[in-house]
Amino acid sequence: MYPIILLSVFGIATLFIGLSKSRNLLLPSALLFIILAFLSSVVDWGGGQALYFFEMLRVNNNIIAFGFIVLLSAFMVVAMTGGFLDDEEAQPAEYFALMLFSLVGALVMIGFENMIMFFLGLEILSIAMYVLAGSEKRNLRSNEASLKYFLMGAFASGILLFGIGLLYAATGSFDLQGYKAYSLLNPGQNPMFHAGLILLLVGMLFKISAAPFHFWTPDVYDGSPTIFTTFMATVVKTAGVAAIYRVLAESFAPIHSQWWIILATITILTLLIGNISAVYQSSFKRMLAYSAISHAGYLLIALTALTEKSVTAIIFYSLAYSLATISAFGVLILVSRVHPLTEDGQPNESFEIFNGLAAKNPALAFVLTVSMLSLAGIPLTAGFWGKFLVLSTAAERGLYGLLVFAMLMAVIGLFYYLKVVIAVYTKEGETGRIRVAPFFKIVLIAAAVATILFGLVPGLVESVL
Amino acid sequence: MLTLILILIPLAAALITLLGKGSGAKLVALGGSIAALVVTLFIWQKFDPTGGTQFAFRYPWLESLGISFSGGIDGISLLLVFLTTFLTPFIILSGFGQQYKNESTFYALILFMESALIGVFVATDAFLFYLFFEAALIPVYFLSAVWGGPNRRPVTFKFFVYTMFGSFFMLVALIYLYFQTPGYHSSDINAFYNLGLSTGAQSLVFLAFFLAFGIKMPIFPLHTWQPDTYVESPTPATMLLSGIMLKMGVYGMVRFLLPITPLGLEKWGHLAIILAVIGIVYGSVIAIQQRDMKRLIAYSSLAHVCLMGAGIFSANTQGLQGAMIQSLSHGINVVGLFFIIEIIQSRTQSRFLSELGGITQKAPQLSTLFMIILLGSVALPLTNGFVGEFLLLAGVFQYNNWLGAVAGLTIILAAVYMLRLYQKAIFGQQSELTTHFSDLNATERMVLVPLALMVIWIGVYPNMFLKITEPAVTHILQVVSAP
Repeated sequence: MYPIILLSVFGIATLFIGLSKSRNLLLPSALLFIILAFLSSVVDWGGGQALYFFEMLRVNNNIIAFGFIVLLSAFMVVAMTGGFLDDEEAQPAEYFALMLFSLVGALVMIGFENMIMFFLGLEILSIAMYVLAGSEKRNLRSNEASLKYFLMGAFASGILLFGIGLLYAATGSFDLQGYKAYSLLNPGQNPMFHAGLILLLVGMLFKISAAPFHFWTPDVYDGSPTIFTTFMATVVKTAGVAAIYRVLAESFAPIHSQWWIILATITILTLLIGNISAVYQSSFKRMLAYSAISHAGYLLIALTALTEKSVTAIIFYSLAYSLATISAFGVLILVSRVHPLTEDGQPNESFEIFNGLAAKNPALAFVLTVSMLSLAGIPLTAGFWGKFLVLSTAAERGLYGLLVFAMLMAVIGLFYYLKVVIAVYTKEGETGRIRVAPFFKIVLIAAAVATILFGLVPGLVESVL
Repeated sequence: MLTLILILIPLAAALITLLGKGSGAKLVALGGSIAALVVTLFIWQKFDPTGGTQFAFRYPWLESLGISFSGGIDGISLLLVFLTTFLTPFIILSGFGQQYKNESTFYALILFMESALIGVFVATDAFLFYLFFEAALIPVYFLSAVWGGPNRRPVTFKFFVYTMFGSFFMLVALIYLYFQTPGYHSSDINAFYNLGLSTGAQSLVFLAFFLAFGIKMPIFPLHTWQPDTYVESPTPATMLLSGIMLKMGVYGMVRFLLPITPLGLEKWGHLAIILAVIGIVYGSVIAIQQRDMKRLIAYSSLAHVCLMGAGIFSANTQGLQGAMIQSLSHGINVVGLFFIIEIIQSRTQSRFLSELGGITQKAPQLSTLFMIILLGSVALPLTNGFVGEFLLLAGVFQYNNWLGAVAGLTIILAAVYMLRLYQKAIFGQQSELTTHFSDLNATERMVLVPLALMVIWIGVYPNMFLKITEPAVTHILQVVSAP
């Protein structure tokens, strides 16, 4: 609860810092703010279940853990933003403030107890993201991304509200506990309730870009400035998955048998579309967009199964995915910066820019390789245990069909992740030596080390939870 | 504890090799691998064949799921650990004659591989086994993809995806088995034995394991990644792949497939054994027609491995014991043969039989050692190959006479392709390329002489190795025959 208050204040403070002439303070202060927010969330650790704001917000260990992943991702993304400060066009104070505000939204989305609160969080997060997606004012693709994201997002919000409305009509409550009480009474065939539930899920699934609500993802991820794409792919996705988990686990778990088949269908579609489309991309950034879709699919497996271990699996998977995604985008930012623009004036983000990276920049090559292997779910990386935990929830539920399908999709995943590794290590290219700012370097190395560490000692995460 | 040290020695050596830039790297690597061999010999000396799993270690790893970081050594493990630690110094030594770019990384990857391979053979937790099984793939993939031949990219890509495909199914099977264990779930391999699964469930698990291990070995018709990968990889990587890595498949078949799915074996074992026998003949016939020496050995290796597969699926003492000792012999022979091919290639720039010949006058030492190792591969009595093939064929004959007879063709066919290889490459007229052929230098002798001695040693006194594995093999067969 404290981080929500603190971050709101810090966001405003950042705007004031931006008004003064001390631009150089922005980055360190933003980092400090996130650390303070993190420390303030630790205060509640181990305090059991607690409700705040007239029972609108909940705090427990799982919620803090999700919040931690979100804050960690945001911290790493902010640490990689060094480039703004040199750019005359950019307005770093606004960017930092918007990121802090969207963090508030993400934390509300994770900790909500009431659907009104959830909707507030979602909109706080989304509106900040719509602006950030379009932050390259003179870049048409960035504008397109912003507009698409906004239109589709507004539409999804409408559906979500419709769902909440129907659920209210059926259950007479906006509250997770109210839904639960109704579920326990066994609603049988109440179409209003079921329609409300489905519409609610659709609105939420839109945010984590599950198929068939994913169509905005490639264009928005591709068009947005890479640093905000990273933010979107990690913070927004983790918050979205956490929100779906909370709704399903705390309200609709008693009627699992009535909705799992819907979610299973969406999971299969998401895995299929994400993985198959990613194979055919020639742009690394676009490939990562489709890979983000496919990872939403793996996360949905744990939600479909919804066993006791699901929450651990989702937390571990989100953490592994966030670390790997941040380092992949980070390396992309660095490498694409030293390559000339393409013919239409866009930064070059194809696979070819990684050719021969290992020869000149072995450290970057290593970070990128670890991240690709982790995303592919190869053992010795955190990504493997993420997949393992997620898939074992499916096995516990007896969903072996889903399990085998997910494995087949993981094999397809190898095709596009390995493509990067092959380019890095076996192809010849003309990458000069790349200078990396100190903050940036620490983030990348920390992400790679953490990925391997969690791959070797997965118990570390579990022992904390 | 000693087992854990054995895994850690190559790992530590690999990290030192990686950090220490320069020419000392390969010496550090060699030192590390020899240290691992010394520890293995020490374990061997203390080992009690009838004592079950020994030198065990166990640490909590993923506690909430009951998964532990645990390992130990029984007879089967010991033989394969010995194979790994015995061959790795020679594999490293065989690279000394070549100039590889980024040498420290190259040798570090070989040591990482050794560490993972030892881990595979000693793990007593199924998921730890899986982890090492996959971890072994990563270093060898990079060895082949970075230092390999001109066509390496598509070939190693196929290799990686192919083997991953198989092992993902194994992971599904392992997760399934894990949730079938009674009470508080356990992933200890022993807990997977005698679960009392239905025939249908066992058949599916059997197929999953067969895919994973069959691709790794490889068994016909899952072998299509193998010849190209062997040919394109740099020789040390080829040696790792053919000498040691495919034994992970053999080991998996013995440790997992047979005892976990006896009913699956009853239903599908016949098909598996027929595929293996087809593979023997197929590999041999194709080997006879090869012009490229490396490819010839690759196909001969396929034939030999398929014979091991047939022996394992016959599920009797002779077959399993044969597979065990043949794992060791085949590893030694194939490493020796690939090294000789490397020597010939580095001097003549050719691997093609038609361009070679007349080496015997120029290099009598090479020719003699080549002959000894080659005869081991042909399975002449008093060489190591004979012991293994004799037991394997005895096992297959016990299973079915007709299959045994067809599998027995391997002895004739092996003689045909091996002696053809020798005749064309070593005897005959000298060609342009071989007129300036020089005999072995000191490093090369250091590799080939011990290997040739081992060929004869195992051939003359196999009991030393057979008695190590016998109790463990008997134990596995007891599990298989228990209802």
